[in-house]
Amino acid sequence: MAESRTLATHTVSAFDQEIGQLRGLVAQMGGLAEQAVGRAMLALQRGDLELAAQVSAADRAIDMLEAEVERAAVRLIALRAPMADDLREVVAALKIAGVVERIGDYAKNIARRVPAIISDHRIEPISTLPAMARMAQEMVHDALDAFAARDPAAALEVRQRDTALDDFYDSIFRTLVTYMVENPRTISQVAHLLFVAKNLERVGDHATNVAEMVYYAAAGRHTEPRGLSAGEVQ
Amino acid sequence: MTVKIAARHVSAFYGDVRALDDVSIDIDTDHVTALIGPSGCGKSTLLRTLNRLTDTVPGARVEGDIRLDGRDIHGRDMDVVELRARVGMVFQKPNPFPKSIYENVAYGPRIHGLARGRGELDAVVETSLRRTGLWDEVKDRLSDRGTALSGGQQQRLCIARALAIEPEVILMDEPCSALDPIATARIEELIGALSGRYAIAIVTHNMQQAARVSQRTAFFHLGRLVEYGDTSDIFTNPRAERTKDYITGRYG
Repeated sequence: MAESRTLATHTVSAFDQEIGQLRGLVAQMGGLAEQAVGRAMLALQRGDLELAAQVSAADRAIDMLEAEVERAAVRLIALRAPMADDLREVVAALKIAGVVERIGDYAKNIARRVPAIISDHRIEPISTLPAMARMAQEMVHDALDAFAARDPAAALEVRQRDTALDDFYDSIFRTLVTYMVENPRTISQVAHLLFVAKNLERVGDHATNVAEMVYYAAAGRHTEPRGLSAGEVQ
Repeated sequence: MTVKIAARHVSAFYGDVRALDDVSIDIDTDHVTALIGPSGCGKSTLLRTLNRLTDTVPGARVEGDIRLDGRDIHGRDMDVVELRARVGMVFQKPNPFPKSIYENVAYGPRIHGLARGRGELDAVVETSLRRTGLWDEVKDRLSDRGTALSGGQQQRLCIARALAIEPEVILMDEPCSALDPIATARIEELIGALSGRYAIAIVTHNMQQAARVSQRTAFFHLGRLVEYGDTSDIFTNPRAERTKDYITGRYG
């Protein structure tokens, strides 16, 4: 169980309310983005065009929340002049919101490819993508949990998982290329699947960015730089 | 880093009340040092021990070792008048003498014999007023009373008065708390311009001000020095829990 840090309350209680509100907005965004990735993949698996369209449309809600986070953070900085942990947390919230918005964009991108991938003949490797998607979703989920709990150790743990996700991507990449070589007729569909896999790999990278910001906000120092992972090379 | 004042194990008492508890701190010439903390934390008392203003408070007693350029300020060979000339002070409320602007600045150099003749004295007055940015505002009315100036100008006059006797250290006790934001900005700008030439220590309740003007910040609580470090670290990532609670507004 993640150990969460409880902070004493501010003398000015409105300050606590505003920080709480900001954190709430970020959590809400994270929930929507995580859900969007899941629903986009479900649409892909089921060939559900309607669901895919819904995911695309729902991205607007995430964009609007990001704007709301930005307003709340700027207001808080202007009116409360946060310091130390508070300042790091507000800056982290602002940056995390930007990253989560990008995750939403990747989900939307996956959803938009669904019509191009759906066809009469089923493509075999499509079955391995949901497992990769689950892994990426869990990273998003756990990075935002770490933010909610102000837990630097949990953030580091999420970050470590990115290597496994990158390996997963490499393996899917090879499988899809092999499949295209053997089934040239499916190239246009499988090319889209390659992008789906790449999008999921990027979702993992962004979850890692969130985790790094959570670590900074909670621990007061930056994480050690990571070496280039396989996913970042390709 | 040139240590100007080295205070070691300094404790101060007002009667039976201990206001400072075993504080050790260096004030150096290359940085502006901000002293922060809640009321009664000892920061102003520390400031006052550094030029022995505490001597003037009945029942006040100071223990420990304070050295100015390595010389014990409580030593037999240390003349307290010389000490206060070298370690100047600016107070919370501007307190110009009820004399002309010129006399306010000329008074110190004259009694300390720092200027020979009217010409030299005029030069000292002009230089001091220029350093505080006041010269152009008052050069045509040097015979007006200092108390007739605006609050911000009065405070800069007091700083000019302190500069006129060529101090090495300037202690400021909440120098802007009675000033409006523009006058405050001028004083802060002035502090920046003076740093490097003088060792400056400033007591302030305004955390943003401490963050703006200082490079080193010391946090005091209940007479103790809790944390002393680079201002940017203190305000973004303080090490001590009490410092964090204070600067983030969770104290109390």
